[in-house]
Amino acid sequence: MSTTELPFPGQTGGTLGVPTTDQPQTGKEFTSDQEVRWCPGCGDYAVLKAVQGFLPELGLRRENIVFVSGIGCSSRFPYYLDTYGMHSIHGRAPAIATGLATAREDLSVFVVTGDGDALSIGGNHLIHALRRNVNMTILLFNNRIYGLTKGQYSPTSETGKVTKSTPMGSVDHPFNPVSLALGAEGSFVARTIDSDRKHLTSVLAAAAAHRGTSFVEIYQNCPIFNDGAFDAIKDRDTKEDAIIPLVHGEPIRFGVGGDKGLVRTPGGGVEAALVADVGEDALLVHDAHHEDPSTAFAISRLTDSGYLNQSPIGIFRQVERATYDDQARGQIHAATEAAPGTPTDRLAGLIGGGDTWTVV
Amino acid sequence: MAKQVRQLDRVIIRFAGDSGDGMQLTGDRFTQESAGFGNDLATLPNFPAEIRAPQGTLPGVSSFQVHFADHDILTPGDAPDVLVAMNPAALRANLGDLPKGATIIVDTHDFTKRNLTKAGYTENPLENDDLAEFAVHPVDLTGMTVEGVKEFGLSRKDAARAKNMFALGLLSWMYGRPTDSTIRFLERRFAKVPEIRDANITAFKTGWNFGETTEAFIVQYEIKPAPMAPGTYRNITGNLALAYGLIASGVQSGLPVFLGSYPITPASDILHELSKHKGFGVTTFQAEDEIAGIGAAIGAAFAGRLGVTTTSGPGIALKGESIGLAVMTELPLLVVNVQRGGPSTGLPTKTEQSDLLQAMFGRNGEAPVPIVAPQSPGDCFDAALEAARIAITYRTPVMLLSDGYLANGSEPWQIPDVDQLPAIDPAFATATNGTDDKGEDVFLPYLRDGETLARPWAIPGTPGLEHRIGGLEKGEGHGNISYDPANHDLMVRTRQAKVDRIADSLPPLEVDDPSGSARVLVLGWGSTYGPIGAGVRRVRRAGYHVAQVHLRHLNPFPQDLGDILRRYDRVLVPEMNLGQLSMLLRAKYLVDVVGYNHVRGLPLKAAELAEAIGELVAAAEGVEVDLVPTSGGAR
Repeated sequence: MSTTELPFPGQTGGTLGVPTTDQPQTGKEFTSDQEVRWCPGCGDYAVLKAVQGFLPELGLRRENIVFVSGIGCSSRFPYYLDTYGMHSIHGRAPAIATGLATAREDLSVFVVTGDGDALSIGGNHLIHALRRNVNMTILLFNNRIYGLTKGQYSPTSETGKVTKSTPMGSVDHPFNPVSLALGAEGSFVARTIDSDRKHLTSVLAAAAAHRGTSFVEIYQNCPIFNDGAFDAIKDRDTKEDAIIPLVHGEPIRFGVGGDKGLVRTPGGGVEAALVADVGEDALLVHDAHHEDPSTAFAISRLTDSGYLNQSPIGIFRQVERATYDDQARGQIHAATEAAPGTPTDRLAGLIGGGDTWTVV
Repeated sequence: MAKQVRQLDRVIIRFAGDSGDGMQLTGDRFTQESAGFGNDLATLPNFPAEIRAPQGTLPGVSSFQVHFADHDILTPGDAPDVLVAMNPAALRANLGDLPKGATIIVDTHDFTKRNLTKAGYTENPLENDDLAEFAVHPVDLTGMTVEGVKEFGLSRKDAARAKNMFALGLLSWMYGRPTDSTIRFLERRFAKVPEIRDANITAFKTGWNFGETTEAFIVQYEIKPAPMAPGTYRNITGNLALAYGLIASGVQSGLPVFLGSYPITPASDILHELSKHKGFGVTTFQAEDEIAGIGAAIGAAFAGRLGVTTTSGPGIALKGESIGLAVMTELPLLVVNVQRGGPSTGLPTKTEQSDLLQAMFGRNGEAPVPIVAPQSPGDCFDAALEAARIAITYRTPVMLLSDGYLANGSEPWQIPDVDQLPAIDPAFATATNGTDDKGEDVFLPYLRDGETLARPWAIPGTPGLEHRIGGLEKGEGHGNISYDPANHDLMVRTRQAKVDRIADSLPPLEVDDPSGSARVLVLGWGSTYGPIGAGVRRVRRAGYHVAQVHLRHLNPFPQDLGDILRRYDRVLVPEMNLGQLSMLLRAKYLVDVVGYNHVRGLPLKAAELAEAIGELVAAAEGVEVDLVPTSGGAR
């Protein structure tokens, strides 16, 4: 099975409240006049093309889309899209996007970030955005290296990695971004690959359609400082064994001809097995909508933390949960509806309230 | 025995007890009664950073000082005339502040060996001559309270908790305070627990009646209402006035307020207050940290809201990079710093003015930020509106520098007429403003207003004005990333010039120099307004000349400041720091100002400051200066 086949129940909630347009849009309209300045061969180009191709499909008014980024190679992204955008400061994009998304229901808000930006300096904001479930889509470009600062190890670099700042090999244990997002109460958690445009686009579509914080980890190759980090899942000869495709409602199978699959372990975990050994009926059927994230978490642990030879790809989890911004606006709406008179009258009432006395 | 009534023009009372004794509430109620009666007043709450330090110990003592008078006063007073001490620690911690002859009312109930030891007493000061120079009234407040509320069936502990209301009742009798507002307050506060409500009201009344009937107190004092300008007044703390000022800024600009904030002493009350006013469209976002608080406010500002973040000095340290982002993106933003003692965690519940240079310079690069400082609790309202005016008009973050004294201190505030409040026009961009080299209409997000140098504020949702902003240097006009050396030089200078131009919109400074012949100027900023004013009055009452100017705008300085400074032979700059305004004045105007600096975590004392002013007058005029002391402390 190919990873690009991702039948997913249509959720239109993510862009509810954002003005739409009847006019057909093209990727060109979403392309700004700025010259793209990533290194030749950078995976970011592929993601940019996919996003520019996918945005018209949303049918939203261009002026109601906002891209917010932090600092890093991927964070230059907003400059290349002709929408509203902010290239902010290192790690803080989810916080800034929280303000935007909470203040304005009529905006479709995207965050573009990287493994250093989101998981190191901005780790706190990432987990709290996920916990609050603010309506935004977070695209985490994971190249497992610091590119813009020229090649130090990142929070997703494998232990032992030799970089400019770790000449004897890194002794840092890496994060698994999907596990982290699931642990942070993420309501939509997915992983995709920069070079698989069809899968990338389908995940982006599902993420944008989800109401709440959609977290998408994108494996992205850095040809300069970490070239080949994802070769095993990109190489024609190895990728069928390396990619474990997750499709909601279907048994999880991978390998050449689908000879392998995931089964539950007696301890409650998940492991890979040969279908010939365990039988088709024993295979785990993927349920992204399960309220309990335990199985999704167990699947996420099948990602290699060293050199990447195996990784589940697809939507790990997508559940409905009330969003912070909807509820915050709901309280304001209720309070505003209940407030009598003009704002000026109410201001006079407020500051003139309490124990007062009059001097004549 | 017949009670006597004696007239006083002013009194300073300090209520002191354990952190859990309800001294802040007691002081606040006494203040409200005095405000309702029509006295002028000023208050100084003083409490430890610990929520409940070990009971009965010196670190656990909490106090509330209220100064009330039949005339206009400026400070909570240097030294209390009356100390109400609820335990030995409260007595010991405050005794050093009392002038000879002061009255001490002490709850004898806790003067046990154990509590005396905890407070560091080896013998009972009520039983030796330690307190000989004071008028001491030992009263078993707790015992009488427990006895008085017996009928409500409370546990002994709960019954004893009403002792602060007994003390309030007694003091209310002594100073002829009206009692209705406190009874109404208790009815509201404890509406859901009738037995607690009734016990507190009974304790309050019992305290009053005790004063009226006991022979221990034979004098009742009368402090007439102070003449005030006609109008409607309320008592208000700085944090409340600041919160109201933010709401008013939202109403006057038509922009919904968005507060992103992380709780921190002494600023949290602004978050609490604003969270109650969603009916004004106010959003309060309690963030995961200080940086997220300002980040969300910047996001909301980009979205066209009045973005606000509130904090204290340690929070500003964390927000520095984000303030720089707001400088670079030229978005309106209010950054409120309720200053406290520093550095680091410092003195969280005490006041200080030591973040002025942080406000000026606490960012990387040339990152000018306008600074506005209120001078009294009620003035926090106007200062917030002024900060909002500057932020919105000039598209810039503005630092509003309050402090712990203003935040928690209170004063009578003449409620402004909302129809007279200034309107603030956000003037959102709605159309393109330039053409590209092909002659097509384009939006130039960094094209500036000729007068203010402000850039257009185009918010998402506006068709045709899609643009990108960010922390990288912008090209003038088009706003795209630019590494061009000449452009960077231009942009750095332009951002500075924009802030400098704010001075064009400021009114001339008010120079208080009644005789016109003063040779010494006292220049202050922020909450030192009260003590400086009181110190200046003392000097003038003793027959000397001194001028006073108080700064609301610290960046940019008003245009006439340099001329005013040069008009005087000597300039004294009192500050609750080691000379931060002094440094700025010396650097900008090359005027050799003299600093008067205290960092005790408390407001400056007017009497001490008057001495310093006197010395400078003596030096400047070549005369002997003798400040005839007026009775009982500062006005």
